[in-house]
Amino acid sequence: MAGAFWCVVEDDRRGRPKRVTAELIGEARRRAGELGAGVEALWLTDRAEEEGLGQLAGWGADRIWLVEGPALAPYRGEVWVPVLAELAQKEAPRAIWGAVTSRHRELMARLAARLGVGLAADCVGFALEDGQLVAARPVYAGKLLSRVRWRGQPWLATLRPNVFKPADEGPAREPRVERPAVSVPPGAATLVERREETQTGLPELTEADIVVSGGRGLKGPENFVILEELAKVIGAAVGASRAAVDAGWRPHRFQIGQTGRTISPKLYIGCGISGAIQHLAGMRTSKVIVAVNKDPEAPIFKVADYGIVGDLFEVVPLMTEEFKRVLHGE
Amino acid sequence: MKVLVLVKQVPDTATQVKVGSDPRAIATTGITWIVSPYDEFAVEEALRIREKRGTGEVVAVSGGPERVKEALRSCLAMGADRAVHVLDPALEGADTLTTARVLAAVIQQEAPQLVLTGRQAIDDDTGAVGAQVAELLGWPCLSWIMEEAIAEDGATVRAGRQVEGALELFDLPLPCVLTAQKGLNEPRYPTLKGIMGAKKKEIKELGPGDLGVNVDGPQLELVRLEALPPRPPGRIIPGEPKEAVRELVRVLREEAKAI
Ligand SMILES: Cc1cc2nc3c(=O)[nH]c(=O)nc-3n(C[C@H](O)[C@H](O)[C@H](O)COP(=O)(O)OP(=O)(O)OC[C@H]3O[C@@H](n4cnc5c(N)ncnc54)[C@H](O)[C@@H]3O)c2cc1C
Ligand SMILES: Nc1ncnc2c1ncn2[C@@H]1O[C@H](COP(=O)(O)O)[C@@H](O)[C@H]1O
Repeated sequence: MAGAFWCVVEDDRRGRPKRVTAELIGEARRRAGELGAGVEALWLTDRAEEEGLGQLAGWGADRIWLVEGPALAPYRGEVWVPVLAELAQKEAPRAIWGAVTSRHRELMARLAARLGVGLAADCVGFALEDGQLVAARPVYAGKLLSRVRWRGQPWLATLRPNVFKPADEGPAREPRVERPAVSVPPGAATLVERREETQTGLPELTEADIVVSGGRGLKGPENFVILEELAKVIGAAVGASRAAVDAGWRPHRFQIGQTGRTISPKLYIGCGISGAIQHLAGMRTSKVIVAVNKDPEAPIFKVADYGIVGDLFEVVPLMTEEFKRVLHGE
Repeated sequence: MKVLVLVKQVPDTATQVKVGSDPRAIATTGITWIVSPYDEFAVEEALRIREKRGTGEVVAVSGGPERVKEALRSCLAMGADRAVHVLDPALEGADTLTTARVLAAVIQQEAPQLVLTGRQAIDDDTGAVGAQVAELLGWPCLSWIMEEAIAEDGATVRAGRQVEGALELFDLPLPCVLTAQKGLNEPRYPTLKGIMGAKKKEIKELGPGDLGVNVDGPQLELVRLEALPPRPPGRIIPGEPKEAVRELVRVLREEAKAI
């Protein structure tokens, strides 16, 4: 429908939309509601499960544009962008939103260039000002907030995961699925290998509700097991400071901060991390911040909601025990 | 092989950035400017490509005001062969699309086989320019690369991009754009010889008239910058470790409802 809010589906590559898609649809419903517009999902995939389509409808997608084909996986910009651009030109949506994930980040940038419109990347809030949508996005590593608006339409944006309230799972609705006839170009890049990361059995850093993170105070790679034990008990992901990563204690993908991942979990627990400005850049939008550090002057205490001044080798195992007791009755 | 690297000059990561008197810009007094950290990975990779192949040229390109020449100088000191400075008022406070249009025009003039950029510039934190340049040129691109190897015949590159939970390795035909993620390499420090040598290297300056791009203002308009609302003051939980932990777990559950 012309004037609709389009949400690009982020999925688990097995035919189901990820939770961040519910966040996109949730926020789109709120903003579209104020403008009397509809919300539609746009799913490019090599495989969409029936249940996945039902979920999108349940979250509030009035219509689902489904383009299914083997060439669409894995994501390649030169394949996806022409498909999306053709659809957007035909259907004239008011907004196209994606998530801040590896593929959407690049996809939305390329699409903006193709359509000749602005892209508000990594948004954490939206508001209507004088009838115009204004997006809020952190800049300078989260030291400032920038408010931006678009000159033309569609309004392209990517939304930071874990920030927007997801749409409630509504009553199961019969999804209204459109399978538009669009040509999928072959693409120039070919996948030669996908190297899965060794499974930690813990949630993915950028998607986790709780993150436990360790720094130089851990003194060595072997001690991260202390954090992993706590993480297992509370269902957390484990992250690290750059000092810990640069020392080779954790792979790069676990680094939190300006030159690592940006996270906004419900709960962040930093252990043996001083709280350098570059580290704060990656986690200051966490809802609740806990710090464990033996130095009462450590800057992390300035942003922490709760702190314990003490030796992490003593405090963290006690936390593990206490959470075991209250959460699992052990 | 000619490799072009896009570098942006940004405030040092330790800078306390403040909103300026015009709320659409930061106060620039006292700022130390550096090459955006991810762009250093891109420069380093370009130098390694030249070294590995034993031949080739590395060109650093930056758009921005006069001070940007400093950033280009440090790329030359690291070992880049020459530099291009786009001094165009249209780039002041430009959105990524405007920047990408200007830089794509430079790339067209220079006709390199490979363009390297940072995964994002750490001032606007958009992470769009690399992909947008690729789109404007009609080239493939791969974002957040952790490794890269150009085929001996110089026709393709095998590059690995970081995605959630995996590294995906692709073969891409050249020319293409790759954006550098931390972990790609360890950037070198300029040697004294490099710093001295950089003074003699060319920085070509291009003005608005030299590129033939029609920039008619940003598509994404900055309304204003704001300081972040301060976080409410925190609380140090006192007591012996055992009691403190017990109290912490209690407040996390009962007051903060965080778990
Ligand atoms: C361009 C640039 C980009 C950067 N990007 C990042 C980034 O993305 N992420 C990042 O994290 N950093 C980044 N940094 C580095 C940052 O400046 C800090 O150096 C780094 O965050 C410090 O890590 P740390 O807190 O683990 O180590 P330290 O600063 O050494 O702090 C260790 C802390 O552990 C405490 N401690 C020690 N032993 C114990 C114990 N037994 N119990 C309890 N506490 C203990 C100490 O009191 C201290 O506060 C960047 C720097 C630059 C220049
Ligand atoms: N003004 C500029 N001049 C040169 N390169 C730039 C400029 N702006 C952005 N880039 C490049 O594009 C990358 C992504 O920037 P951005 O999209 O602004 O986050 C940077 O890491 C640089 O490599």
